[in-house]
Amino acid sequence: MTTTTLDERIAKPRFLDRLVVRPEIGALLGAVVVFLFFTVVTDQFFSGSGVATWLDDASTLGIMAVAVSLLMIGGEFDLSAGVMTASTALVTATLATQAGWNVWLALFASLVFALAVGAFNGWLVMRTGLPSFIVTLGTFLALQGLNLGVTRLVTGTVQVSGMRSTDGYESAGFVFASTVDIGGTAFQISILWWIGFAVLAAWLLVRTRFGNWIFAVGGSAQSSRAVGVPVVRTKIMLFMTTALAAWLVGSINILRFASVQANQGIGLEFQYIIAAVIGGCLLTGGFGSAIGAAIGALIFGMARQGIVFARWDSDWFMLFLGVMLLSAVLVNNAFRRRAERVRR
Amino acid sequence: MSRLLEVKDVGKTYGSVIALRDVSTVVNAGEVTCVLGDNGAGKSTLIKILAGVHQHDRGEFLVEGEPVKFASPREALDRGIATVYQDLAVVPLMSVWRNFFLGSEPTVGFGPFRALDRKKGRETTKKALSDMGIDLRDVEQPVGTLSGGERQCVAIARAVHFGAKVLILDEPTAALGVKQAGVVLKYVAQARDRGLGVVLITHNPHHAYPVADRFLLLKRGVSLGAYEKSEIDLAELTRQMAGGAELEALEHELRAAESPS
Repeated sequence: MTTTTLDERIAKPRFLDRLVVRPEIGALLGAVVVFLFFTVVTDQFFSGSGVATWLDDASTLGIMAVAVSLLMIGGEFDLSAGVMTASTALVTATLATQAGWNVWLALFASLVFALAVGAFNGWLVMRTGLPSFIVTLGTFLALQGLNLGVTRLVTGTVQVSGMRSTDGYESAGFVFASTVDIGGTAFQISILWWIGFAVLAAWLLVRTRFGNWIFAVGGSAQSSRAVGVPVVRTKIMLFMTTALAAWLVGSINILRFASVQANQGIGLEFQYIIAAVIGGCLLTGGFGSAIGAAIGALIFGMARQGIVFARWDSDWFMLFLGVMLLSAVLVNNAFRRRAERVRR
Repeated sequence: MSRLLEVKDVGKTYGSVIALRDVSTVVNAGEVTCVLGDNGAGKSTLIKILAGVHQHDRGEFLVEGEPVKFASPREALDRGIATVYQDLAVVPLMSVWRNFFLGSEPTVGFGPFRALDRKKGRETTKKALSDMGIDLRDVEQPVGTLSGGERQCVAIARAVHFGAKVLILDEPTAALGVKQAGVVLKYVAQARDRGLGVVLITHNPHHAYPVADRFLLLKRGVSLGAYEKSEIDLAELTRQMAGGAELEALEHELRAAESPS
């Protein structure tokens, strides 16, 4: 362990090394490129209403992407995350419109429901040792069936609507679905939730003990256990965090649109994972960034709305998405090799 | 000389497989007890019992004279028994200082605002490592960028820093080159000189002999012999390790096969 030999082998690409260590740097560059591109190509993109549109599009996706990124850093997936946003909205809406509950009470009940599902996901994954991919695929399908089946049983249709006439809709709507006026443009409050959630998650991740444990259980669960990290508890908490985020997004949706389709949210789980990966999360866990995932969602929103503003066919969005995802994975993979490279 | 750990005739079965049977040894403060054996000899089972990963189902396990049965590695840690695993010592993608403090992170602030004390973490890590004679340029670099020997050293320094009384090392030199292995053994000796009891697991008698005070040879789950250093020399240790009489028989066979032609 002579430092002199170490230094002569490592000294050179220091600045680049430091840059590469930041997982969100790729996403940030991507976001800048996408932003500049659409600002030049379209007029609306960088106008007040344009910005409000793509920020809004990114916000609910961003809330979920941030939670999913924490879970992925912890080494797990949650395929039920997309459908959970519909399940929580359905629980809230059904209790409020059909059972006549106060909206706040209904929101609380759906929160309890969401946390229970999250805890169940986590408990099952930890208890069986099966890949979370397959376990949450099961809960994804089960929830999808429940959403449709229960909704049809209760309402006779595949949607729940009529939130506007419920008790407490005004105050709950103010918290989850109002708009904030900045310079004559109305911005959705979901944008604030998104930013707040991302900042909180980022702080949690790099500045707290729990955050340290998230990296550890994702990087090597056995090593973590050996030094006394509560692996099971940490992972279950992460599944519950994802469920909590799904509840938040479900609440934002139901209070904004006042109705919910029973088949909503299907397919969104992959968008969350894609945004998290673009933001620098490794699929194998142990590395990533909450802010990166928020930026990943921003790229999503900008590209999706930018393509609309440019009046292109929205089919191009998928091509763009594929290219983004592939390049992100390649960059992430290169980093991991760098960090994990074994020198004996 | 205080007796830190003692196992008396411990045994462990996994279903119908007897992984360990009637094994006894002691670990004293300031001494190195070396557990030698080939693959499948029961070395791992023994250390997993000591480390609290598994529980013995026969015999006695005493920590400072008191019989114990650990339910988890955390309990063993709380009693001052720290284990450094060959591949599992550290989380490669995390920085050196985050690894160093993993599970025992320093914090500042109260309640929901309790945050990691990163400055203290970095400085303490740097100091603890340099106390052990390990000089790293940057404690923020991922542990994965360190060499295998350095990683083992970080894990050893961590155990020493957090007040371990007993240090269990699982094949610390197995995957290392000659020079790196020497460096790791130096830190083993240093931990010993600080008054820790060390359990060194290895299948290399050449690594074991210079630092160990006591040897326990395992084979197929049973004790093949327990020796003080004064009772055995390196050649005999190597012979016993390699299967002793069996090896001689094999040698005869090989010679016999060569000679007729």
